[in-house]
Amino acid sequence: MTESMPVISLKNVCKTYSLPFGDVNALKNVSLDIMPGDFVAIMGPSGSGKSTMLNLVGSLDVPTSGSLFIDGIDIKKLTDDELTNLRRDTIGFIFQQFNLIPLLNVRENVEYPYILKYRHKDNEGRCEELLHRVDLTDNMIHHKPNELSGGQQQRVAIARALVNNPKILLCDEPTGNLDSKTGQQVMELLSELNSHGMTVIMVTHDQNIAEYARRQIILMDGEIV
Amino acid sequence: MSNRIFFEFAKRSVRLHWLRSSLAVIGIVIGVAAIASMGMLGNSLVLSVSDSLSDVGDSIVIYPHGGISQGPGSVVKNDKITERQVKDIKSASGGNAVIPLYSTADEIKVGGEDGIATVYGLDTEDMPVVLNLADGQWLKSSSGAMAGSRLAEEYELKPGSRIKLGDNNLRIVGILEERGMGFDINPDNAVIVTDKFYSSTYDQDDYDQVIVKVTDINDIESVMDAIDKKMNKRDDVIDAFDTKAILETILDTFGKISMFTTAIGGISLLVAGVSIFNVQMMSVTERIKEIGIIRSIGTQKNEVLRMFIYESLILGFFGATLGALFSFVGGYLAILIMLQETSYLFEPSTLIYIPFGMAFGIATSLISGLYPAWKASNLNPIEALRHE
Repeated sequence: MTESMPVISLKNVCKTYSLPFGDVNALKNVSLDIMPGDFVAIMGPSGSGKSTMLNLVGSLDVPTSGSLFIDGIDIKKLTDDELTNLRRDTIGFIFQQFNLIPLLNVRENVEYPYILKYRHKDNEGRCEELLHRVDLTDNMIHHKPNELSGGQQQRVAIARALVNNPKILLCDEPTGNLDSKTGQQVMELLSELNSHGMTVIMVTHDQNIAEYARRQIILMDGEIV
Repeated sequence: MSNRIFFEFAKRSVRLHWLRSSLAVIGIVIGVAAIASMGMLGNSLVLSVSDSLSDVGDSIVIYPHGGISQGPGSVVKNDKITERQVKDIKSASGGNAVIPLYSTADEIKVGGEDGIATVYGLDTEDMPVVLNLADGQWLKSSSGAMAGSRLAEEYELKPGSRIKLGDNNLRIVGILEERGMGFDINPDNAVIVTDKFYSSTYDQDDYDQVIVKVTDINDIESVMDAIDKKMNKRDDVIDAFDTKAILETILDTFGKISMFTTAIGGISLLVAGVSIFNVQMMSVTERIKEIGIIRSIGTQKNEVLRMFIYESLILGFFGATLGALFSFVGGYLAILIMLQETSYLFEPSTLIYIPFGMAFGIATSLISGLYPAWKASNLNPIEALRHE
């Protein structure tokens, strides 16, 4: 059964950046398995390797050494296009700054990854369904992102992340730009998604937010402590 | 299908930055209009010149060596072509018509008016070979003459008019058709007399010029070679010109001039290309973060590349279309001013410069947009995402 197979698996992963003043070991021998349906918070002070971890798990980057399997696929063996398709199909991204596409309206933002994947428009009302699920009303769907509040933008971003039915939801400080009340609502939404079986991996340095996770992983100087 | 979304991105980006987009478009408009209207003008010039040249290029024109007389009024001559030499030319020319003629310029008097005209003296039998009659009759006797069309117009000559050539009174029996500028003879502004009249009046036996009319145009070079070999054995005695080659040289020269002016138009397109490049680089630099976003959520490199290429193609397409309209108007005006008539504008070989200019404009935009698009597609998604 796939239930027994980790959706993310890091084995002795090292990530080294070559900088002018020398090599920086951002991650040192990290091993970690994340099972389907998990809700993991990755914590640590800045410079601890959180972002590097997120980039690797999000298949935006590949390890310098060690192995990384995402949904059973060894990402070291993938080409740039294959990595891109993995991000499109398997991972939903949620960013601190929402990162909606300014040229597209709310519905188009949600539809965009769908078109990338299926090469046609969403004619089945999937975008509307998702927007309703994140509590956005129909009169908002033709607004441009900059006409929405932060909380609304983050909801659109969540709807966008979900449109291709990803296996993993990857959140980078999802409440970092929201007030605490809105942040709480967003976290409740993520918890609800997790309760329906979605694997959620979240990077945060906020202990209150991390409480929503079932499992906390603390990074310090590139190592799990 | 997914192409439509990238095209939509491009369209919206162009629309969002409409001012700088329009400036870049103006560059392309000017470039395309310059190339196309220059090309159209050049082609119309070539067409108009080749129309005004009468020769179909089937003649060999022979002058005594060192004694070239071209154009009416020029009479500087050192040598002549003798009767014997004409016989030699005839024997070297195969069966082709060989027409020896006299030419000079002399004063004429019509009524009270004085003037100068070219005078050609030919055998009456040769006249129909090189001339065309518009009105009256062919010249039969030494007491008459024929007048070229422009001379007839200027002095209001008709068959039956009288003119005074030197000290002789002559009756005009025929008016010639207008012939345009030629390389063999230019009868439009000339008085045509018989060879007998000419040699007795001007006391000259040897000829000024010989024309060989070649029946088969493909023989023209071999006939010319044969004449040259026969005549110019030890010393150069005659100079032979093949009107086909002269015609080709002239048209070729005009073609080159028109190509040169078109190339000058090309320079403005180069400038336009630089401005498209600039605008696209700006667009990429401003949208680094956006590129990071779309790359991270699953847009492939080549899709980003397409998005930006569409953008420069939109600019190029608009510029080229507007440029085509302007070039039509500009070409029309330029041709109207320079040639006083616009019929050459509607020739396919002229109009072809419009799509030609458009193609150049679109290609310039495409090429200028390639590097910015490549740069956008090769941004590192992580760094691009972090960009503020």
